[in-house]
Amino acid sequence: MQFEVIFEPATLKLFGQGILVSLKLLFISVTIGAVLSIPMAIMRVSRNKWLSTPVWLYTYVMRGTPMLIQVYLIYYGVAQLEFVQSNWDTVPLLIPFKDALFCCVLAFTLNTCAYTTEMLAGAIRDTNHGEIEAARAMGMSRRQLMWRIVLPSALRRTLPAYSNEVIMMLHGTSLASTVPALMDITGAARSVYSDFYLPFEAFITAGAIYLVLTFTLVWCFKLAERRWLAYLQPRKA
Amino acid sequence: MKKTALFGAIALALSVAASAKEWKEVRVAIDATYKPFTYKTPDGKPTGFDVDIANALCAEMKAKCVFVEQAWDGMIPGLNAKKYDAIISSMSITEDRKKAVDFTGKYYNTPSRIVVKLGTIKNVPAELKGKKIGVLKGSTQEKYAKGELEASGAVIVPYEAQDQVYLDIKSGRLDGTVADSVEVYEGFLKTADGKGWGFVGPILNDKKYFGEGAGIAIRKSDTDLRDALNKGIKNIRANGTWKKINDKYFNFEVWGG
Repeated sequence: MQFEVIFEPATLKLFGQGILVSLKLLFISVTIGAVLSIPMAIMRVSRNKWLSTPVWLYTYVMRGTPMLIQVYLIYYGVAQLEFVQSNWDTVPLLIPFKDALFCCVLAFTLNTCAYTTEMLAGAIRDTNHGEIEAARAMGMSRRQLMWRIVLPSALRRTLPAYSNEVIMMLHGTSLASTVPALMDITGAARSVYSDFYLPFEAFITAGAIYLVLTFTLVWCFKLAERRWLAYLQPRKA
Repeated sequence: MKKTALFGAIALALSVAASAKEWKEVRVAIDATYKPFTYKTPDGKPTGFDVDIANALCAEMKAKCVFVEQAWDGMIPGLNAKKYDAIISSMSITEDRKKAVDFTGKYYNTPSRIVVKLGTIKNVPAELKGKKIGVLKGSTQEKYAKGELEASGAVIVPYEAQDQVYLDIKSGRLDGTVADSVEVYEGFLKTADGKGWGFVGPILNDKKYFGEGAGIAIRKSDTDLRDALNKGIKNIRANGTWKKINDKYFNFEVWGG
């Protein structure tokens, strides 16, 4: 064991930057994914086939393929298209594809958005019928019903499942290390591994960092659940 | 008393057996993304200069070579984890690597070069400021680029495999690479994608980064294998086999200085 290598300033800096990259990837993709998932979940449960089918197809494809494949397709795949190569210095929509961080965020966002959409759609379908009847009896329109009753309740009830999704995404960001220009926590560990030939020390450090981050996230979600799901908790004696 | 003697005899027998281990089969690690040294034929068979040298050395030892594929950044840990017995994959003999593994003498030595789009950059490293330079992760070229080019503002991007560097040069994400001069010539500059690209700056053979040529890495404990391979290299150099393999891939000698 040569853990002193891990505690050298240069290595610590590498891991420190890795943590920032991982958190940045997680934060951006989870935020955009969550925001987009709300309208998509509403479309998903819509009775209108023209609204629900495209969303169904999207979540079906994204949930049916590994995230690694999605990262590869977006980073390496898109970049090999002649059309993209000849246009991505000029066409505004294509310029970001040159950037490794953008490709990763795009893949992660598309992925997490699909899962979140399905979770939220499930919670919307699961809304207690009594609540809906009561709202109808109050004379609420369908829009009011969705906005005032169904969505707030569904968002709360999704929280426990969603905390798992965020944790899975944190672990999923390790796939960013397969994109060359990105040095996330796993990337930092791989770099230590190839420079000092110390697989055990490098990966145990990365594992410990992920563990601490995961527990911090779990703790945050616990607080959130206590705040927003209090009405579903068993009553204290 | 008898028991001790028996154990002693067994221990002795075991140690004799261990030291006289015959290398009937040598598991050789290769990273098959390094044309023309190590690559694969269209039907997936390992081939190239390294592979032919490995087969010639195994023939000298009357052993069989079994090729194991391994990504470059995990080469040395994999060797020490006994996933294979030797690395014959254009690995430069450097001081850093010698701390972890043992090496035979070199079996070839070619210098590295910086490659950029011709006409864009003339003075290296000064004009590399802000340019993205792709290198193979864990390679001597990566150490060189981080040690010498990063200071002048070049952005060094490490890749898992050298052929991925060429993919991203083709797609326009990279402005250049640092690579073995022969490998980059055969694997990239000579191909259609390499049109308009070429060498810039001096030949790179600083021993501090590039060591003393490509050797075969073995575990420090396998001194018998090292000696057998060294003997093999000497023999194939003497009997013309090395030259034959050299001429199959190159029109000049890669033995180097």
